[in-house]
Amino acid sequence: MISETTTERLEINVPVPAPVEPKKVRREPSKGWWDSLKLDELWNYRELFYFLVWRDLKVRYKQTVLGASWAILQPLLTMVVFSVVFGRLAGIASDGSPYPIFSFAALVPWTFLANGLTHGSQNLVTASNMVRKVYFPRITMPTAAVLAGLADLGLAFPFLLGIALVYGYWPTATLLWLPVFLILALLTTIGAALWLAAFNVQFRDVRHAVPFLIQIWLFATPVAYPASLVPEHWRMAYAMNPMATVVEGFRWAVVGKATLSTGMITVSFLVAFLLLVTAVIYFRKMERTFADVI
Amino acid sequence: MNEVCLKVENLGKRYLISHGQLKSDYLSERILRGMSAPFRRIVQVIKGNPVHASEADSILWAVKDVTFEVRRGQVVGVIGRNGAGKSTLLKILAGITDPNEGYAEITGRVASLLEVGSGFHPELTGRENVYLNGAVLGMRKEEIDRKMEEIVSFAEVGDFLDTPIKHYSSGMYVRLAFSIAAHLEPEILLVDEVLAVGDAAFQRKCLGKMDDVCKEGRTVLFVSHNMGLIESICERGILLESGRVAKQGDIREVVSTYLKTIEDQQHVPLLARTDRRGKAMSQVAKFEILDENNNLLTALRSGGPARFRVHVTRKLPGMNCTIEIIDHLGHPVTVFRSKSRASTDSFERQDPLCFTCHLDDLFLLPGRYRADISITGDNRLQDSIKGAGFFDVIGGSIGGRPTVIDKRFRVGLPHRWTIPAEN
Repeated sequence: MISETTTERLEINVPVPAPVEPKKVRREPSKGWWDSLKLDELWNYRELFYFLVWRDLKVRYKQTVLGASWAILQPLLTMVVFSVVFGRLAGIASDGSPYPIFSFAALVPWTFLANGLTHGSQNLVTASNMVRKVYFPRITMPTAAVLAGLADLGLAFPFLLGIALVYGYWPTATLLWLPVFLILALLTTIGAALWLAAFNVQFRDVRHAVPFLIQIWLFATPVAYPASLVPEHWRMAYAMNPMATVVEGFRWAVVGKATLSTGMITVSFLVAFLLLVTAVIYFRKMERTFADVI
Repeated sequence: MNEVCLKVENLGKRYLISHGQLKSDYLSERILRGMSAPFRRIVQVIKGNPVHASEADSILWAVKDVTFEVRRGQVVGVIGRNGAGKSTLLKILAGITDPNEGYAEITGRVASLLEVGSGFHPELTGRENVYLNGAVLGMRKEEIDRKMEEIVSFAEVGDFLDTPIKHYSSGMYVRLAFSIAAHLEPEILLVDEVLAVGDAAFQRKCLGKMDDVCKEGRTVLFVSHNMGLIESICERGILLESGRVAKQGDIREVVSTYLKTIEDQQHVPLLARTDRRGKAMSQVAKFEILDENNNLLTALRSGGPARFRVHVTRKLPGMNCTIEIIDHLGHPVTVFRSKSRASTDSFERQDPLCFTCHLDDLFLLPGRYRADISITGDNRLQDSIKGAGFFDVIGGSIGGRPTVIDKRFRVGLPHRWTIPAEN
């Protein structure tokens, strides 16, 4: 609050910049969910998102022996294992395309989700000291971990195109649809990571449940098998797992063959959007108590 | 008179202390408990017990009915014993945790120095950490760019700016961290004992910076156990006791009230006291001041022998005891640590639950002192209690020289003079 005397002095006809009224903040018990959402605050801290992503990238590539190549090796090695076990030994169908490219196209977005969930659910607890001592919007940390994963995906993607070329698949116009599926993957991963992060702060055993959950989710998603194995009339229900659409979408974009429909894409987007919105609301409501329970 | 920039009204923060029953930290346990709840309830009803009584949690108010105002430019000391609610109050003001009732209205930007350097990443360089930590504290990139030079020169890290901070000495680490927070230019600065770190020269520099901060019309809330420091930099004080404001006003009056309440505590048995920190697997049960024949004393003689005995409740692996001697102004005088061993140390055979510190000559000058005790064991801090005991040191002789009462000094050392001969 600026006292009256200061305002009076400003009446002299000199172009003095008006003193900035310091912002008033009120610390009080938070009320409804809208009250605790505080979107303006998130906007004010937008640079923190950027710095946290940047930190995650720096640290991730600095500390590992393999550095950035890890981003490619992880899905690549999984692809080799899948090709041998599911493609050769189990003889699982791959919608007519060679199994390696079939699984690799799925593993690239899948690795993004798996890493995003692992890091995003964990990094707040790892930084518990910071959470207890400094205030910043907690939502920035899990979100930044997921966003940093985009760099890995960006590194692995040219490799995916390269493998596709080796198998004789030239990029077609379907590739232009890729951003749509990428956004769907992003919405899903951030939504799920925020839910898990909020739980992980409050409950000790969530940490152990996350790898298990990722594994279950892997089998619920057509990574190792084609979505065409799912009966036609079940496909809409199947699309309630947004990752099913993401994975099939990546295949379609690269190889041009997949089990997809506008209906499935719509359902997936609705579910992912709902997941994200509820996650943000829940997270923002609970983050006021994180410092007490972490 | 400046305008009010911090207004706190009936602020309250409660914590639920569950007795390990109702609220588990494990999700799986809570789900199981939720599913089995109806059955347990039926059992309770059959047994004829009141349904809810057995599961009631107790509520602890860490801060309760706290009301005060701070005007712009004031430097206010917040004092009180461990667990009095000082840190909780600062946490609420910093926005780290929400109050449960009342409100605090803050005009301007708040920055907290609750703990410097939280948020530093060891793998990143000094420069990178300045950006990161600055952003965490709410600074904009262009703001950090502008102040970078100033931050770096204040922290005196110079050549090491582009070295990962895992290679920094702890002094450099702290200097850099403090420097970032100090250059945040907040209207209100919350400080929680960070000045206790770094070497003496840097502490002076920090105090200087704090002085600048105050002169620029910023407001400071300062939590510390060092009464001397508090008295020298604060003008007003707030004394918290069990979460409530016990006294506020002129810093000298508040400090003297606080020191008096600390002394009043000595009539409470140590185990009954709650103003302690630590894991509490083992606790300080009793503190005794003895003479060389193990007779209990309340006063010791300057230059005479003394024994401090600490009884603990349980023996733990790798247990150690620390006794800090603090003068009546709250300045630390000396410390005795059982952890740093000497060849003259021996082992207690008769009573394995006590530590005894033997002094052949007590080099303290006459005055009133208190002992702060902490015990560690199992690699953790087990118990820490301030003002576990109080004692007077009365006049005696050190090195054969009578001790003179002088309010300014605390320690006397045995010494000899060679003086010009009188013909």
